[in-house]
Amino acid sequence: MSGERIAVLGVGQTKYRSTRGDVSIAGLVREAAYRALEDAQLGWGDIDAVVIGKAPDFFEGVMMPELYLADALGCVGKPMLRVHTAGSVGGSTALVAASLVQARIHRRVLTLGFEKQSESNATWALSLPQPFSVSANAGAGGYFSPIIRQYMTRSGAPDLIGCMVAFKDRQNALLNPYAHLHQHDLTFEKVVESPMLWDPIRYSETCPSSDGACAMVLGDEVAGDAATGPVAWVHGTAMRSEANNFPGRDEVNPLASRDCAADVFRQAGITDPRTQVDVVEVYVPFSWYEPMWLESLGFAEPDNGWRMVEDGSTSLDGGDLPVNASGGVLSSNPIGASGMIRFAEAAMQVRGMAGEHQVDGARTALGHAYGGGAQYFAMWVVGSEKP
Amino acid sequence: MSDPDVPPSALSGDVTLPAVLRDVEPVRSVRTPIRLEYSVTAGSAAEAYLRAYAEKRIVGHRSPVDGAVFIPPRGVDPRYGQETAEEVELAHTGHVGSFCVTHLPIPGRSDLVPPYVSAWIHLDGSAIGFLGLVAGCANEDVRIGMRVRAVWKPDGELGPTSESILHWEPTGEPDVPFERAGNRAWRAGGPDGRDGRQERGDA
Repeated sequence: MSGERIAVLGVGQTKYRSTRGDVSIAGLVREAAYRALEDAQLGWGDIDAVVIGKAPDFFEGVMMPELYLADALGCVGKPMLRVHTAGSVGGSTALVAASLVQARIHRRVLTLGFEKQSESNATWALSLPQPFSVSANAGAGGYFSPIIRQYMTRSGAPDLIGCMVAFKDRQNALLNPYAHLHQHDLTFEKVVESPMLWDPIRYSETCPSSDGACAMVLGDEVAGDAATGPVAWVHGTAMRSEANNFPGRDEVNPLASRDCAADVFRQAGITDPRTQVDVVEVYVPFSWYEPMWLESLGFAEPDNGWRMVEDGSTSLDGGDLPVNASGGVLSSNPIGASGMIRFAEAAMQVRGMAGEHQVDGARTALGHAYGGGAQYFAMWVVGSEKP
Repeated sequence: MSDPDVPPSALSGDVTLPAVLRDVEPVRSVRTPIRLEYSVTAGSAAEAYLRAYAEKRIVGHRSPVDGAVFIPPRGVDPRYGQETAEEVELAHTGHVGSFCVTHLPIPGRSDLVPPYVSAWIHLDGSAIGFLGLVAGCANEDVRIGMRVRAVWKPDGELGPTSESILHWEPTGEPDVPFERAGNRAWRAGGPDGRDGRQERGDA
């Protein structure tokens, strides 16, 4: 990476729940921001700018909410930037914040993503009738189900791989006090017996609807060196996008995803992701996306990502590449924050601050987010050492 | 890791309400349903596409770059940023690129009884798929690559909408092989690439 070095100085999350009825949107974001500042041992006065993201405004029906949230985020009179990239927005938002440090425009930037799904209806907000298309698509699951079916057919994966991912992530969530779903009584059989919603996607293989916010404080090299606690250093950042329907498009393994991964690993000097990356937080809102993205990111050969699930390679308990140790999007999904949580969890792992879901000795981690019709991608590689 | 149930210290103090707000009923939330009705100006490509449905025709646009046919036509080839203007009339047959068996009702579509099948329909001669419903067979019998034909509304009920096609039903012809089904089957790599239509034997 060229330009200024970037350090993650602090991370703050809210508890993710189906309803955070105790706080307004402003109260929600302020809670995450305060926690990030406390973690970084900084105050509002140390922050030069705020970069904020969330999923489309019509989810909550509050247009341009960043304007009214400037007050809650200590940002009155300071630069504020809003990022829009659908479900990948939490990742893209962190990358825009990182670019402001990298370009030496600001020394310390607060970045934050949020969603208050209890005040919205994401499934039907994503399925507005359009005059050019038949009204037959039922939310994100209806969109991604045919892509997952293509993957299952071409990879020949056993039918229950998706259930294995869902069960693993929900078990991991039990180790993360911030996770939304804490399903202590869940068994693999219960995951399998769960009804089909968007066949081949079971209810148990879908993400929940969550309220929550996630924040990070990013700083330049001087700020990173001055931190008293451990920081994460950014080794690579990349974003790519593509149209969601064009001739020759590989919906299962989009070109934009492969290009984005190649770029971020090249910047980080990673030539063999499987051996050089210790832990990954991948955006998996529907269980089958774990093996699909593992292939696209280069951790597995095409059509073989499911084998890493089957043989336990992605397990927190003994796997060589734990995936979504936090419980992932399958356990907490405040949409606009979900990408940033992946980025923040990657940083927590290399700082050694992930608590019970810490991967021992994690030094290099990937944070990943995708959005739209699997067409917007944001990724970063963070490490415990300076790049 | 900080305890999620312990508020940040800066937020842990008691909240003191101003005098005017004491002893009034606390408002936790309000519900304010909103509604927005609008008229769409479709533009020339989409307008021609929609009007064709009223005449029981399906039209797309051919890319001047490599001949790929787009449906619905939007007046542009998004791969190259090239304007498209050549209208192409498409067959009423094609194949299922992939599909979802949905077990949820869709608001405003009480006619759709779950479970129903929504699918990417790849018309013969088109380079991309578009959304449609599949019926006329058991849901379990729908397959990637299955050949289908359009089932139209009665002539008197046709209108300028894609919903003039009620659904797509099996033709009974042999399936398109998986490798040749869906968007990925288009292999034209640009102006000098091979033409995927010829490989698939389409019109």
